[in-house]
Amino acid sequence: MHPALQGLMTIVGGVSVCLSYYFISNWLLDNVFCPAKGKYVSRNINRATVIRPWLFLAPAMSVLCVYLAYPVIETFRLSFMERQGAEFVWAGLDNYKQMVSEEKFWEALKNNILWLVIVPAASTVMGLMAAQLTDRISWGNIAKSLIFMPMAISFVGASVIWKLVYDTRPIDQEQIGLLNALYLFFGGDAPQTWVTIPFWNNLFLMVVLVWIQTGFAMVILSAAIRSIPEETIEAAILDGANPWQVFFKIKVPQIKGTILVVWTTVTITVLKVFDIVYAMTNGQWNTQILANYMFDKLFRANDWGVGSASAMVIMLLVTPILVWNVYNARQEQQ
Amino acid sequence: MDNIAGSKSSLRWALHLSVAFLVVLWLIPTVGLLVSSFRTTDQISTGGWWRALMTAEHNLTLRSAGPDAQTQVEGIYVIEGNLSKNDKALDIRVWGVSSRAIYAFEPGETAKLRKGGTIVVSADGSYRMENTQPFTGSRGVRVFVSSALPPEFTLDNYHKVLFDPKNVEGMGQAFLTTMIVTIPATIIPILIAAFAAYALAWMQFPGRALLVAFIVGLLVVPLQLALIPLLKLHLNIGIGKGFIGVWLAHTAFGMPLAIYLLRNYMVGLPKDIIENARIDGATDFQIFMKLIVPLSFPALASFAIFQFLWTWNDLLVAKVFLIDSSGQTVVMTAKLVEMLGTRGGNWEILATSAFVSIVVPLVVFFSLQKYLVRGLLAGSVK
Repeated sequence: MHPALQGLMTIVGGVSVCLSYYFISNWLLDNVFCPAKGKYVSRNINRATVIRPWLFLAPAMSVLCVYLAYPVIETFRLSFMERQGAEFVWAGLDNYKQMVSEEKFWEALKNNILWLVIVPAASTVMGLMAAQLTDRISWGNIAKSLIFMPMAISFVGASVIWKLVYDTRPIDQEQIGLLNALYLFFGGDAPQTWVTIPFWNNLFLMVVLVWIQTGFAMVILSAAIRSIPEETIEAAILDGANPWQVFFKIKVPQIKGTILVVWTTVTITVLKVFDIVYAMTNGQWNTQILANYMFDKLFRANDWGVGSASAMVIMLLVTPILVWNVYNARQEQQ
Repeated sequence: MDNIAGSKSSLRWALHLSVAFLVVLWLIPTVGLLVSSFRTTDQISTGGWWRALMTAEHNLTLRSAGPDAQTQVEGIYVIEGNLSKNDKALDIRVWGVSSRAIYAFEPGETAKLRKGGTIVVSADGSYRMENTQPFTGSRGVRVFVSSALPPEFTLDNYHKVLFDPKNVEGMGQAFLTTMIVTIPATIIPILIAAFAAYALAWMQFPGRALLVAFIVGLLVVPLQLALIPLLKLHLNIGIGKGFIGVWLAHTAFGMPLAIYLLRNYMVGLPKDIIENARIDGATDFQIFMKLIVPLSFPALASFAIFQFLWTWNDLLVAKVFLIDSSGQTVVMTAKLVEMLGTRGGNWEILATSAFVSIVVPLVVFFSLQKYLVRGLLAGSVK
């Protein structure tokens, strides 16, 4: 069967199965199991009210449990197991021991911490700057939309885009990479292969993610800036505050909460991103990060135990944010 | 606000300029790739894309016709012809006959040949070699020319990438695969999440707050944790690698955000309407289908865009759950990564392929930006 046809059938089939599940299960509840008539009307109505939410929730919850909650526990379990053929046998802390003995792991962890410090900070600061600058000009919305655009581009697409910027040709040829052309124009002596220069290449890879995430930060922060009550700003101006003071002493403190939200959201993205490193260097030249290290273990080394162990390290890094989010959500509900 | 700020006009100019600078900075990388995708191989290798509108110069090593083409005219041996290999006219700026002095002569000047005789090359590439002795050897002489390459744009790359049947990249096939992955993986989670979100927003049951917290927690669980157990699960229950697996995975990974977004939106819907409908005897199912779904359209749209962008742009999930060794089900992102490795230097193919994969999300982005922004504002955990 042609895959396009299969896809079409899945859409139609999947959607109608889903819809008929909700329709039939509700119908059965109302008409067969707990009909709102006859001898036990009130008991039936009460029972239906108790059961119905779970009919609505069941598909979503089962998908969430099987595909997200169970894997967290299973990965934790697998990180203590070793695969031998098709069997998994208990290995204690061996996977973790092997992991910490690998130089690549420490390199990945170090780089990841670097990513976690620089990318959220740079994205948030650039986003805040862009939001503030575009806030008060007539073509601000067009400018915003253009800065926001990389958000729609895949990490892989962005990697190709930036690979062209970083491209290197031998010195006797014309440079086609913008960065090298600029470098030579401003007096550099020889074209550099940017993605292979240790330490700095990490920054060149981070630029790609900052380029993508700044738009996100800008959109959120710009909405926050707009929602600042104008009286506070007017009052500050009447008191003789200059634009810098208005921005740093009046605006920024009022949107502190939103800045924190943006920061944590970008942080989570950083921990999940593997495409950029995978596409641009695949962890060579000291650019390994945990997400790519894990993928490497999983598919190239085929070592599911160490793969799971490194996934747990990523989970560990996310946990503080997870706890904080859940705590905030609980507060909000009360 | 601007008025009371009393901003000076010089300051306004600085503001406009810095925004313009920022926008240009953000656009340049993408523009570079777009321009490159319309250039020919020669053009790309002879100069950066920012020179696409200028005439470039490139150096060629060409060869005259061999001695067997010589004729005898009035006692002199002559070889005549044109250096151009294809019938395109050259536009020679300088030329030379030695690899150590390739810029030695202007068009029309006469150069002495090492093995005896002279050569004159004119700007269009036609040459005339003269010698009093017969030319010997088996091959013609090498001529180094520096020729001007006028600006040229072409759609050939797109044709080659998308429609050429001999094309080994198979980007057209990958485009189709991406569509097949994306569309069901966008529609099905919306449906499932909408019902769940309604239950969490408007139905009373014990444990509701806990479930909401559970979903907020799952929002940030990294994908990496799900890979190994799910791959194991899929292999065990016989789904293996394929479309079903990737649809299920995408549905699940989009679910926390979908429920969170939709629930936040539905909670804000006016209570009166829903209560009135209840009093009038509508069942929850009817309320959901007739009231909630139409009213929640903006939220549904914003999640749809998110999920579409995310599944279209995804590499990891497709690599783990879809792409097998048959190579028939490669999505575009995976194809691009493959090409980065194997054809790292072929920028015309790489740039064009990248643009083919980028263009659909960009169209969606620019046409539905309003919903995307709304979704972002609602979706970032506050």
